Amino acid sequence: MSIWRIARLVAVKDLQIERRSRVITNQVLPFAGVTMVIFAFALDANTQILERVAPGLVWLATMFSLLLIVQRSFAVEAADGALDAMRVAGVDSRGIYVGKLLGIGVQLLVLEVLLLFAAVVLYGETVRVEGVVLLVTTLLSATCGLAAVGTLYGGLAAGFKGRETLLPLLTLPAVAPVMIGATRAVEAALGTADAAVADGWRWVSVLAVFAVAFGVGGALAFGPLIDE
Amino acid sequence: MSSGDETPVICLRDAVAVLGSFPALAGATLRADTGEIVLLRGPNGAGKTTLLRLCAGLLPIARGSGKVFGLDLATDRESIRPLVGLLGHQNGLYADLTVSDNVRFWGATIGATDSEVESAMACMGVGGRLRNVAVRQLSAGQKRRTALAGLLARRARLWLLDEPHAGLDAAGRDELDDTLRAAVQAGATVLVASHELERAGQLATRIVDVDAGQVRGAPQPGAGGGEA
Repeated sequence: MSIWRIARLVAVKDLQIERRSRVITNQVLPFAGVTMVIFAFALDANTQILERVAPGLVWLATMFSLLLIVQRSFAVEAADGALDAMRVAGVDSRGIYVGKLLGIGVQLLVLEVLLLFAAVVLYGETVRVEGVVLLVTTLLSATCGLAAVGTLYGGLAAGFKGRETLLPLLTLPAVAPVMIGATRAVEAALGTADAAVADGWRWVSVLAVFAVAFGVGGALAFGPLIDE
Repeated sequence: MSSGDETPVICLRDAVAVLGSFPALAGATLRADTGEIVLLRGPNGAGKTTLLRLCAGLLPIARGSGKVFGLDLATDRESIRPLVGLLGHQNGLYADLTVSDNVRFWGATIGATDSEVESAMACMGVGGRLRNVAVRQLSAGQKRRTALAGLLARRARLWLLDEPHAGLDAAGRDELDDTLRAAVQAGATVLVASHELERAGQLATRIVDVDAGQVRGAPQPGAGGGEA
């Protein structure tokens, strides 16, 4: 079977599991929401400061939630040896990687939209019309980058004892460039601190390069990683 | 049935497989031909599971040589895997998906048709009222049957089974034995590790002893003779 058919099969299966189990809906989304509220408390509910730092807080909450989504995505594979079974079945590891990436990416994208909505409600952030295209492009490219890194390290950590603690250790430093780029691009899209929309596009290109590099590298490295 | 002249399904010569630094297989020599049901007999820790995983292409061969369907276990592990079905201590099932979803997923990895999937489920007795039940709600025996249905849907040519009767009731054991005999008649080969010697012994066409990482005792047709 082609890589893309395998990827579609794995992604649909992952989303089906989430639809049935509702772990992301009932646990990860509330966690992300609580994180946003806690940030507000930590910054003393100062609206001016919150408006200024809202883009960064959204991506911080996204990053923490990414860890939970990736843990969950690989926990269902490890629970009854399904990842092993896929390896034995000779399922193309690049297809598995892309499929897991897509499944994680879709969940992450929904989460990001809801977190932006929460930023509007909780922090008084506003979305300007001229920044919408930049905002959507940023969400898509950052999501691809985060999902690419998360899937790669999720697969790597899945084979180790103490994977719950290993995953954040591997993932957080690697996604730092996405965090920085996405925050700057969203600031430009929302006009935070008078940032211009044009300033955001160079950060989007950084995000796109990151996503492509980790996506391609991840697809190539995933097979040997889960094999060892 | 077996013939000494044709390419053996499995041909191991002094195969060594290492788990960490421990040689779980310490020079195993074994040959299995098309249509055989070979029972691996031996105490816990003898190396039976490692032997099955080596033949599935999940473990690298550290020393010696080994071929499955004429493909080298040192260099062609990826090509061997699609030809092999391994049912180990774990079932490789997704707890949140239904029986039908699981079997369909495993069938889809090799492009099995709907009728093949239905036939596999019917054959293992999980096609009726169980088909829409989530795997997490099944008994241990029903999970085992579902996993076997997945294996059947994948049309594996070499079945590697580790304690396949575990958790099955009397009817399930009879169905499993019938399924294995039917698979063998259709051209498959079965290597089964079991402690249930009375049951598995009746099923097997040949019994070999595994002890301390080596295959002992019983005759190994063609070992030292024809090569793939």
